[in-house]
Formats: sequence, structure tokens, C-alpha cells
Amino acid sequence: QEFSCQIWGIFFLKKTFKGNLRNYWNFLPEGFINTQLFTRFLSRISQDSAGQFFSSGHTNNWAVLVCTSRFWFNYRHVANTLSVYRSVKRLGIPDSHIVLMLADDMACNHRNPKPATVFSHKNMELNVYGDDVEVDYRGYEVTVENFLRVLTGRLPPSTPRSKRLLSDDRSNILIYLTGHGGNGFLKFQDSEEISNVELADAFEQMWQKRRYNELLFIIDTCQGASMYERFYSPNLMALASSQVGEDSLSHQPDLAIGVHLMDRYTFYLLEFLEDIHPASKANMNDLFKVCPKSQCVSTPGHRTDLFLRDPGSVLITDFFGSVRKVEITTEAIDLTDPIKEVEERPANGDVHKEMHSYVDQLPVSEIIHQKPKQKDWHPPDGFILGLWTLILLVFFQTYGVKHLRHIF
Amino acid sequence: MGLLSDPNRRRALINLLTRLNAPICGMPVEWLVKTMQARGLEVYTQRFSRTLPFPDENKERYMVKGTNVYGILRAPRAPRTEALVLSAPCTPGDNNNQAVGLLLGLAQYFRNQIYWAKDIIFLVNDHDLIGMQAWLEGYHHTNTTGMDWSPLQGRGGSIQAALSLELSSDVVTSMDLVLEGLNGQLPNLDLANLFYAFCQKIGVLCTIQGKLQRNDWDSVSGYSHAVQTMMLMVMKQASGRPWGDHGLFLRYHIEAATIKGINSFRQYKTDATTIGRLLEGMYRKLNNLLERLHQSYFFYLMPSLSHFVSIGYYMPAFGLLAVILLLRALDLWVQLATPPPTTEDGIADIEQSSPGVLSVLTPLVISHLTGAALYMLPIRFQEMAVEHFPVSETEAVVLTAIAVYTAGLALPHNTHRLLSGEGTEQGWRVLKLVALLYLAVLLGCTALINFSLGFILALTLVPAAAFVTPHVPKVLSAFVLVILSPACTLLFSVFFFQELQEMPVSFLDGWLLYLSVISQGILDHFLYGSLVYPLIALLVYPCWLLFWNILFWK
Repeated sequence: QEFSCQIWGIFFLKKTFKGNLRNYWNFLPEGFINTQLFTRFLSRISQDSAGQFFSSGHTNNWAVLVCTSRFWFNYRHVANTLSVYRSVKRLGIPDSHIVLMLADDMACNHRNPKPATVFSHKNMELNVYGDDVEVDYRGYEVTVENFLRVLTGRLPPSTPRSKRLLSDDRSNILIYLTGHGGNGFLKFQDSEEISNVELADAFEQMWQKRRYNELLFIIDTCQGASMYERFYSPNLMALASSQVGEDSLSHQPDLAIGVHLMDRYTFYLLEFLEDIHPASKANMNDLFKVCPKSQCVSTPGHRTDLFLRDPGSVLITDFFGSVRKVEITTEAIDLTDPIKEVEERPANGDVHKEMHSYVDQLPVSEIIHQKPKQKDWHPPDGFILGLWTLILLVFFQTYGVKHLRHIF
Repeated sequence: MGLLSDPNRRRALINLLTRLNAPICGMPVEWLVKTMQARGLEVYTQRFSRTLPFPDENKERYMVKGTNVYGILRAPRAPRTEALVLSAPCTPGDNNNQAVGLLLGLAQYFRNQIYWAKDIIFLVNDHDLIGMQAWLEGYHHTNTTGMDWSPLQGRGGSIQAALSLELSSDVVTSMDLVLEGLNGQLPNLDLANLFYAFCQKIGVLCTIQGKLQRNDWDSVSGYSHAVQTMMLMVMKQASGRPWGDHGLFLRYHIEAATIKGINSFRQYKTDATTIGRLLEGMYRKLNNLLERLHQSYFFYLMPSLSHFVSIGYYMPAFGLLAVILLLRALDLWVQLATPPPTTEDGIADIEQSSPGVLSVLTPLVISHLTGAALYMLPIRFQEMAVEHFPVSETEAVVLTAIAVYTAGLALPHNTHRLLSGEGTEQGWRVLKLVALLYLAVLLGCTALINFSLGFILALTLVPAAAFVTPHVPKVLSAFVLVILSPACTLLFSVFFFQELQEMPVSFLDGWLLYLSVISQGILDHFLYGSLVYPLIALLVYPCWLLFWNILFWK
């Protein structure tokens, strides 16, 4: 191994050193011995970390936030969606990477005593509407068809960029749905529904078209856990506010505005997210603990069996923020050697899960040389039997049984 | 937050109310217009006039003239597609001055809020129901009762809900909710539930039928209290008259109720500000509505404000009564179909066993002609009656009606002279079959529209119809049949109603009350289109006459 430089720089190593930069700075002068050995050790580390840098999971973040219900008394669903929008924007995802779908306009509703505001806390502590909200799908545009088209990318060519989900195979997508739901469906606009099977198929389409790297699905409706029961595509993690058979409850009414302002799950989710900043190290296990049964009355659920990484190693900012990995170095790194893929060592020593690869979309060779499928023989069903019995009966009625002797 | 948390507003309202304590002669149109305009409403007036079919004892004249005044509070940001109405009838004297004052105070408060999504129309109507009918007809561009009114200059969109206020004194101890409307129509139960929920929230005592709710449902006295309340509602619904100004809104599918303030001299008194808060809360809730109230029941009976009996529970009771008639008819059909056992000549049997529908036609036609006479004669001949008898017009009408009714009792003897000697066994069977089916259809249709009326008629007429034949003892059954006739049912209902309201009357007072009820019924029919009087006169009475005919079949 050739070393062409000495490495001074500041490394922002996520997995090798658990502390942040300041800790490392403290460490460096103490332990620094200007010896060849240490230089060699450091450069190997830098190559490893460079390897890690180029083999990381995602490179961009998207968010699709949907509120599916309209009417003034569903104020809380709009407030839910806007509070997640606010958190996601604050943590770094720009408006160009957020698709916000609101089915009704609460801020400018005639019944709103505080026009142009949507509050999430009573006594009007927090206005989640602000003055830089960018709604991409509004009012009657929020339909099941539009939602599925956004997810799968099958939009007419005239659709503007702000209404498209232009994700690629390195995108981490956050999908947040809220509204009224039931066992296996979510109601859109009081007139149509999306079922859990449709949603699962949409995600599978996204997987086959390489439209996501990892996907976090959060749903805050009644019986929300039923919506992620049918997922079968890899790299999906799902959270729901209530189990099948339970209702998600709303948090608190505001007496001046006259409606309930937020749902409980999203209220505590917002409180949790307010503590997250772009450099935060909180992981998914903390997110699963949001809103226990004592606060939420319903039991939140989550699903991680389709997700490849360990939830404990997935940062919140992987989905909610748009955190760039930055390494500032004054030295040049020699990249002539091929970068080795760093083997992930699972924390509990489990067997490494099998790697998922993309499906061969059109197996042409198989189709061309296909043999006709042999149909299994089934005994005749009741209708045929009945028909023949009828014919026989008529025959014997007409000709009498005594003719049987002549026939046979 | 809410009405009159601001002491200035409270003072203004109290000033207004004390000013209005002075009796108002007629309707102070100019003052109302000025006051409403000062509060920022768009004010319009409507003149109307009506010729009564006969001068009512209250009005004592043929022509009623008046002016309605209404102010529209436009919603600040909403399109003018929907409206709510708050009305207070202004009657001469100090009958309802408090309500007008409260209405104006509320108008001023509502004007300062920005969360109204519907226009609010503050209506002060003259002459109670007549003015309300004129205003509604003008608003909806219909003219069903032949009234003469000037067209409305200002309109607000389709009305979603309406409340009518009746406050007679400035000291109120409880609020009464009145639901029964024209022809027994009721508003959506959600409106009653809304009122009750708000009363409980604010801590105001609220009643229905003037009776307070009791907590002991299981005890006998608690149960009988609930039954009494429900019977009061049945009586009121059966009368078919609107028991408040709200009753006329229901016909246009506008959910409406009347709120009356009652002073029953309790220790705990409520003042106008609390009532104002109650109304403010109700209007805010109605404002949040996105569609007309339709989720709850339209057909119900209320034994108390927190309990109701829905149509699914009370209709089977009526159905069982109607089945009696159908079974009887079936029995008669079978009797008619089987030939009599002792016959020798086949041809004569055929002639005898099928008297044909035509023989039935004669009693039918004559009964209905009598009914038509009962419907038309009292109004037509009131002048003639006044000339010949020392009675007022109202009494003339009523007494003519009773006279025609009683004259109908003498019919069977005359009918049979017209019939070509029919008096056969099969004849009365056919007639009874037709009459039973007719009664069943009639009662069924009535119960669908106005359940209480149908049920009360069924209770009295079904036993009569079932048992009457020419072979029962004549005198006794004639007496029973007269007792069960619609007129006597009405007489008993009047006494029963007074009993239920804990104001029992002597026989003479009851009789006078009965006469006034008949005149009110006739007047309601001509003024607002109430269907009770034509139903009884043109359909139920002839049906009863058919059974009377059968009783005296020779």
C-alpha cells in the first residue's frame, strides 16, 4: 500500500467513531504520534471511510405528505400534514423535493376565526401554516388516482415539476398519510377509498421501476396498521398510529376556533421532531417509542421486517431531513485502487440477509419459447351434471323405461 | 370569549331590553328599521294582507294587514349561498318584546365576528304565523295559500336552519323547546339534541312540552311522567297546527324549532345574557354545518329531551292495528267467495251472491257528498247563519259544521229509499269490504304523514270498523259508534290534553274549547294549508258514515 500523503484533516466518520467532530479534535492532539505506522493506520482508515462514503445508501430525500379529508371539522388532518411538512422542511428537504397534497383549505375557510393560519396547539401557540407553504395538490386534485400517479411516476407530460415525484434508486422517500380510515382502506375526500392492496402494489411498482432506495411510510388514521399489512416490497418501514380495531383519537379542541386541532399521534410526533436537528443521531427505535398507549390511547404499531438495515442504525434524518455527508479535507486522496465494499457487520451477529436485486422486467426468452400449459383435468361440475341429468330424465320420460331394454 | 363577556355590550343589551319593556302598539316598523340599520344589517320590509275566511275571535275582522321587518347580516368572506334565520314574532302588547330586544342585541354582537360562513337573517314578523307565512312565501316565490304580499327586496340564499324566539318576561327560569310543526312535521332530531346539549353545557334548565325531565326512569311515577310527556307530543302533533313560528319553515325542508322562555317562579333564574350565549353557541354550531341536517331522524316522539322513540319502534304498533282491518277484509272476502250452503237454484244464487260493485257505489257517493258538504257549507253559509241566528261568524261556522255532521247520522234511512231494494246479506258484506280497505288505505297514508293523527284515528275507528255488522244490537252499537266517531274523539282529546297539561277544565269550558279548536282547525286549513280539516271532512267522516250505513243496513 502506497501512502502518498499524510492525513491531517477532519473526518466525519459515522460508524468508526461514535462521537462528533469536536470529540475527535480533542482526541487527535493527544494521541498523535508522528510516526509512519500511525500514518499508515490513518490512511487505511481514510480509505475505508472513503469506501464507506461511496457505498452509502441514499443520496437524496423526498417527501410525499397527503391529507385526504376535506370539510371544516377535519381541520386536524390538515394541521397534521402541515406540522410534518414544517418539520421536514426545517430539517432540510426543500420544497422542490416535497409533494404536499391538502384536500381542503382550512386557512382561508370562511369559518376560520383566524384567517390565514392553521394552528396545531391550542391557545394558538404554533401556526404551522406560516407564509412559505407550497401546496402542490390542492382541493379536488387530491384523489386516489393522482396519489398513485405521483407515486408511480405515470403522470401526463404536461405535469409541472412541482407535482412530480422525481425520485431515483438512491432516494429515501417519506410518505405520510392522514385522514379517515378503516380496516384496509383510507378514505379520500369523502367519495373514494384507497385500499391497502393498491398501496402495496404501488410500492411494488416503485420498487420495480427503481424509484426508491428506502421508504418510510407513516399513517395516522383509525385502524392505520391495516394499511401496511399487505406490503411485500423490500426496504419498506411503516409506522401507524393505531392497530386494527382501534380508533386514532384527536388531541385537543380549541374553544375559540371550535374544532380539534391535531390528532394525538401526530401531536406527539411533532413534539418529538421539534427536538431533532440536522446533526441529530436519534434513530428509528426512538421514533417507534413516540406516543405510547398512555398518551395516545391507541397502540401505535410499526413494521420493519421488509427493511434491510437494523432500525437502530437508521437515523431519523435519513428520512425526515436532507442531510448531506460532508467531508472537508485539505489533502488529496488516492483513489487509484478500486474502492472495496465495506461489509456491514450487524450488531447482534445475525446472518446477513440476502441482497435484493432488481427483477428482470421482461423475460423475453421465456415468453417466446413457452410451452402451452397443460390444463389439469377437473371432474364436471354441478351445472354440467345437472344438464345431463335433465336430458336423460326427459329422454326416459318420453320413451319410457321399458325401452331401456331395447337400447342396452 | 363569547357574547357579552364585554361589559359594555352587556350594558347595551340591558338598556335595550328595559326600553322594550314599554308596551308597543302595533309594530314599530320605522324604529326597527332604524335600529337594525344602526347595527350594520341590510334592512328590508315586506307588507302583506290577508282576507280571513271568517273573522277569528282573536282578530275580529276579516282583513289582516301587517309589515314584516328583516335585516340580513352578510357573511364577511363567504359567497351568499346559504342563510340562517333568527326570528321573533312581534305581537301587539308586550307579549314578545324581550325576544325582539335579544334579537337586536345578538345582531350587534354577530356583526362583529368574522367567522360567519352563512348569511344570518334577523326577522321580526307581524301577526305571528300569518306574517311568517307571507315572508316564507315571498322568500321562496311560492303562493300556496292565496295571500297578498309585496315581493322581498333582499334575499340571502337557501335557508339551512331557523330558530324562533318567544320571550315574554325578562326573568326566565327555563327554556322550552317546541318542535311540532304544520301537519305534524318535525325538524331533524339533531336540532333538538343541539339545543339540549347546549343547555346542559351552559347550565340552563330546559324542558319539552313544559315538563322537566326526571332522573328515575325505572320507577312507576318516572315512567308515567315520560308517558305523559310523550302523549302531549302526540296530541300536539295530531292537531296538525304549527305550535310556533318555526312550524311553517318545515314545509320548505328547513329545520326549525321554537325556543320559549318560561318564568315558572323558581329560585334559580336565568337572565338574557345566558340566553344570548345559548343562542350564540347554537348559531355557531349551525354555522359550521356543511350540509342540511339530515343524519338523524325526522320521525320520532320524545318522552323527554334525552330520550326519543324512533319510527322503527312506533310504526309496528300502528301496523298491528291496520292488520286487524286487513284480516277482517280477508274474512269477508272469503265469506263472499264461498257460495251459501243451502241453495237450489244456481241462477238465483249467482244473482244474489254478486250484488256487484254498483250497489256499493250509492252509499259511497252519498257519504262523500255529505263529507263535501261538511267541508264547504260552514264557510259558505256563515252570513246566512249570522242573519238568522244570534251568533258571531266564528260560532256560526263551527255550529254549522256540527249541524252537518249530525245530519249525516240520519242518512242511512234516506239512503235506503234510494237503493233499489237491495238490502241483501251480500250487499252489506261487499260494502263493508270496500269500507275496510278504504279505511286501511286512509289510515296508512295518514300515519305516514302524521303518525299521531293516524294512530289516534286508528285507535278509535279500527274497533268500530271491525265489529260493526247489521246484526249487532242496534242501540248499543249506535252509541258506541258515535262515541268512536272523529268528532267525539276530538272532544275527548281536548279534555285529555287539558288533563295532561295539568289544567283540567270543567265541562262547559271544555265545550267552548272544543268549539274554538274546530274553528282553529278550519282557519289553519285556509291560512296555512293544514290538512287535518279536509282529511277529516272529506275522507274520514265519509268512511265513518259507511260504517254507520252498514250498522243500519236493512
